[in-house]
Amino acid sequence: MSATNQTVQDHGQHHHHKDLAHHFDTLEQQHDANTLGMWAFLLTEVLFFGGLFAAYTIYRYKYSAMFEEASNHLDITLGATNTVILILSSLTMALAVRCSQTGQAVWTGRWLLITIFFGLMFLGVKYFEWKHDYNIRLMPGKDWAGKDFFWWQYAKKAKEMEKHDKGHSHALPDPKDVLPDNHPSLGIKGIQESQQARLFFLLYFCMTSLHALHMLVGFVLIGIIAYFAYQGAYSPDYYSPVENIGLYWHFVDIVWIFLFPLLYLLGAHMGH
Amino acid sequence: MFEEFKWFPDQASTVAPEVDMLTLFIVVVTVLITIMVGVLTVGFAVAFRRKSESYVPAPWFGCVPLEIFWTLIPVLICLVMFSWGVKVYSSIVVPPADALDIYAVGRQWMWKIQHPEGQREINALHVPIGRPVKVTLTSEDVIHCFSIPAFRVKQDVVPGRYTSMWFQATKAGTYNLFCSEYCGTEHSRMIGKVIVMEEADYQKWLSEGAESGQALQGRKLYTKLQCVTCHTGNAEAKAPNLEGIYRKHIPVSLIDGMKVKDGTKVFADDAYIRESILYPNAKVAAGWESIMPTYQGLVTEEELLQVIAYIKSLNQGQTPPRTEETPTPATIQNNPTKEVK
Amino acid sequence: MATVSLESRPYEKVSDHDSSHESVNYLNHDHSILSWLLTLDHKRIGLLYLVTITLMFLLGGALAGAVRLELLTPKGDLLAADTYNKAFTAHGIIMLFFFLIPSIPAVMGNFVLPLMIGAKDVAFPRLNLLSYYLYFAGSVIALTALLLGGVDTGWTFYTPFSSTYSNSYVVVMAVGLFVVGFSSILTGLNFVVTVHRMRCPGLTWFRLPLFIWAIYATSVVQLLGTPVIAVTLGLLGVERTLGVGIFDPRLGGDPILFQHLFWFYSHPAVYIMILPSLGLISEVISTFSKKTVFGYHIIAFSSIAIAVFGFIVWAHHMFTTGISPYAAMVFSLLTFSVAIPSGIKVFSWLATMYGGSISFDTPMIYAFGFLGLFTIGGLTGLFLSTLGTDIHLHDTYFIVAHFHYIMVGGAIMGYMAGVHFWWPKITGRLYSEFWGKLSAGITFIGFNFTFFPQFILGYLGMPRRYYEYPDEFQVLNVFSTAGASILAIGYLMPMFYMPLSFFFGEKANSNPYGATTLDWTDTTSPPSPHNFEKTPVVTEEPYNFHGKEAAVVSH
Repeated sequence: MSATNQTVQDHGQHHHHKDLAHHFDTLEQQHDANTLGMWAFLLTEVLFFGGLFAAYTIYRYKYSAMFEEASNHLDITLGATNTVILILSSLTMALAVRCSQTGQAVWTGRWLLITIFFGLMFLGVKYFEWKHDYNIRLMPGKDWAGKDFFWWQYAKKAKEMEKHDKGHSHALPDPKDVLPDNHPSLGIKGIQESQQARLFFLLYFCMTSLHALHMLVGFVLIGIIAYFAYQGAYSPDYYSPVENIGLYWHFVDIVWIFLFPLLYLLGAHMGH
Repeated sequence: MFEEFKWFPDQASTVAPEVDMLTLFIVVVTVLITIMVGVLTVGFAVAFRRKSESYVPAPWFGCVPLEIFWTLIPVLICLVMFSWGVKVYSSIVVPPADALDIYAVGRQWMWKIQHPEGQREINALHVPIGRPVKVTLTSEDVIHCFSIPAFRVKQDVVPGRYTSMWFQATKAGTYNLFCSEYCGTEHSRMIGKVIVMEEADYQKWLSEGAESGQALQGRKLYTKLQCVTCHTGNAEAKAPNLEGIYRKHIPVSLIDGMKVKDGTKVFADDAYIRESILYPNAKVAAGWESIMPTYQGLVTEEELLQVIAYIKSLNQGQTPPRTEETPTPATIQNNPTKEVK
Repeated sequence: MATVSLESRPYEKVSDHDSSHESVNYLNHDHSILSWLLTLDHKRIGLLYLVTITLMFLLGGALAGAVRLELLTPKGDLLAADTYNKAFTAHGIIMLFFFLIPSIPAVMGNFVLPLMIGAKDVAFPRLNLLSYYLYFAGSVIALTALLLGGVDTGWTFYTPFSSTYSNSYVVVMAVGLFVVGFSSILTGLNFVVTVHRMRCPGLTWFRLPLFIWAIYATSVVQLLGTPVIAVTLGLLGVERTLGVGIFDPRLGGDPILFQHLFWFYSHPAVYIMILPSLGLISEVISTFSKKTVFGYHIIAFSSIAIAVFGFIVWAHHMFTTGISPYAAMVFSLLTFSVAIPSGIKVFSWLATMYGGSISFDTPMIYAFGFLGLFTIGGLTGLFLSTLGTDIHLHDTYFIVAHFHYIMVGGAIMGYMAGVHFWWPKITGRLYSEFWGKLSAGITFIGFNFTFFPQFILGYLGMPRRYYEYPDEFQVLNVFSTAGASILAIGYLMPMFYMPLSFFFGEKANSNPYGATTLDWTDTTSPPSPHNFEKTPVVTEEPYNFHGKEAAVVSH
């Protein structure tokens, strides 16, 4: 590096606030840029999920009956629990932002860690839910591509058994019990139904896993910011990283607030 | 290579002159604008070329009347093109009621065409001159596009649904038939010929080698596929009587499994019959249970067209009785869907 | 733009305006490889893009050459059918996603955006570098897909062909495009925030150069459109890997839904390619005519209007799919609405030239070429927005000719004008005017020779994406292929004289064309690492060629 460049850098250190990047003039400008950047990013995210929501809306309209029936295979209790957990995590995130603005560094860090804790709880619940979905073969996959009939009959049978045992039994139906009906063409009807149901579950898995991916990214970012918070990096002068991760986290929550009714509550009025 | 060359495509349908007139109009307008822009660009470049390095011309920030002028004029031109375009478009998309029905199925990489009289052809389409022809299209695999440049018409051929196009040929001759939607390796070999014939020649062609009517084929399928078991057309029927329903408005009670209000009607066209065979629950006729199985995967697109042709031709009291030749339901395969590639 | 200095700025005087060859600048302050690969300097990142997209352009051009050679004869004698299909697919994908979309925004935008608004850098320099590496990674993945055996779906990836029937590397390519899409989104985000928050004191919105307006409009489109294609390609990948029918009707999906989602991005993507060019041409025409741009506000708003209208016309790609005739009429009418702001721009440029003092430097020659080709490209769009004629022309060579006039004739001519325009700023050297003008002329002639016959071919009915065709189309195809060889010479020439000028060219002063924007008036050629010695302060509207005193009089 040439000497002249060194001089420029030295200047930056002497005259600038420690948190001010070299290319900004004031802390306020930097804060505004960061906030606007996050909002612009969230706008992109809205359209990112928007593509999936558009696909969902179209097929929900096209195959409304099957979408409602398929929706009944999801566990509303788990979904609702997760909704509550996520709303709590939004509260703790808001408290973290508040503490960073008032300069309570330690509490900023603590609230951030509690937010991660709630987030992990959410994913824990989600993990068991997905595992269950996998067991009763709701997860769409190539293995079942030629066996549409069997797939959906199996899922229906599993649901029936579960209802019968009031959820205590975790036994799965024997594949032999769900052999095709005697009526030959019911199988064809089954194919059509299962294609539509599978479209629902595909959208369910795409949307919830994209949401979960956003949470995982969130954990990493919150963790880093919590570390810096404990280091005392943030002050009432400079707290935009905390504020921005807050915006991000609230966005992730809001997506779930849309996903929950669209996916879980869809068929609830059918009295299942 | 020069002997076949031509500057202008054949003009062989009733809509072709309409499209060409509209094209001519747009060509004239756009060529005039292009010449104007070109002349002004070159003219200004020459007239206002830099004569002195120190000269700085006076700024011209804008001129509202001029800007309104060059906004409004294009708006007007666009509106004329739009309206004229819609007029021509409506002649392209709305077929006359008395059109001759022809069916075409696209697949990688050929066109299979069926005439109502039973003639079948591949990559060739014989049509009579001076009669409107409606082609109903579907695909067995990917999206294709049925394009006849000499007629100035084209229509995408989409798997899983019917689309249609119509034309009325005006000039005898042989014209290109292209697939113009990219459909894979041999896309450029999915071409054929449209042969426009005088009415008498067409009748002669029809009578040569026709195996049996399309509807007759459909009649066989009607019993073979067990349609006749429920749609018996008499008092024991478990399903509605199909006699004379074609192009009638029929009342329905369920749409996609949802109850609809009394008196809701659907139009029983080709698409509706097709849908009812493949997705029986889509629109269930009022007064009947939703018990019909789907035939998705059990009939080919060609067979489907034959059944539809038969249902179209089915008049009062013509439903065939069940016979001993009719195969038993057990022979129908359980799971005919093909493996996904 | 005349400026005054703020005394309190902490920057050392690192260089002198008129002795730039001896000063420290962004090119020579550090020569190590790492200082280039890990640079956070927007100017160096711009150059990284320049080099990478030039390589992609050469590859895409070579593929175009293969396609044109095959089409020389009616029979498929040079390439096998599958090879041909993969060649035009690769040509489309590379040229659109890896050359045109990043061309002006990522190269010119990165280099001049901060310079033009008096900023030291873009708002998020690290994100900017990340954008570049995402672009690079996306390119590597896409090239991997090509090396593995290629993709034969066409750049449009229409389902169910791409989702079920194609036996090529669709998923790998989709991943590549997904990654490069994020590069595009992050660049757009960076530029939006930069324009909003990094303008120097006094630089109000209506004092922004028109290029900035165009880049801003483009960035908004990138931000809003790209995520939709990303998720669409994601769904396509899921359908291919899991065999679940999202778009394949045999499995319960809807193939037309794919087209809606695809064009919701890909139509606005056309404006990502052409809008920056439109802004750039305003700069060039104004500078070389020594006149302020006629109708500044209207041109600025027309960029925004084109960006907005771009989002509501997508279904005009689908008039023949059997969509409702009423929907077709609405989309036809909306499509005409894009024509109006485009027309206004062309007329305003003519009015800018009127009464000017026009010099014929290379960028201006390219701009003249742009004017002609963009006009033809835009006007032929009228045939396609008109429903009655679109049915006949859809999916024929008419479409191919039309969009090449816009994207090659418009966007690339604009890009070439930009590269030549800012070359002295980027390198501090002047290229040979003789070779520059010659290449502009050859490009213009070769381009028309290549693509004009295709309009006629299209009207005659030759479908696109055919590797064999009926004999009657051969004459025009021969013309087209002959023209393509001329065009190739036009494009290859700058690849020689531009790099040569970098080493041997005459030294450029800080403002060789007498331009008025901050990038010329307030920086050295090449600029110092931190762009400005003192943060500029803007006191007037752009394009005042009279200097400060005269401006006061004229207001």
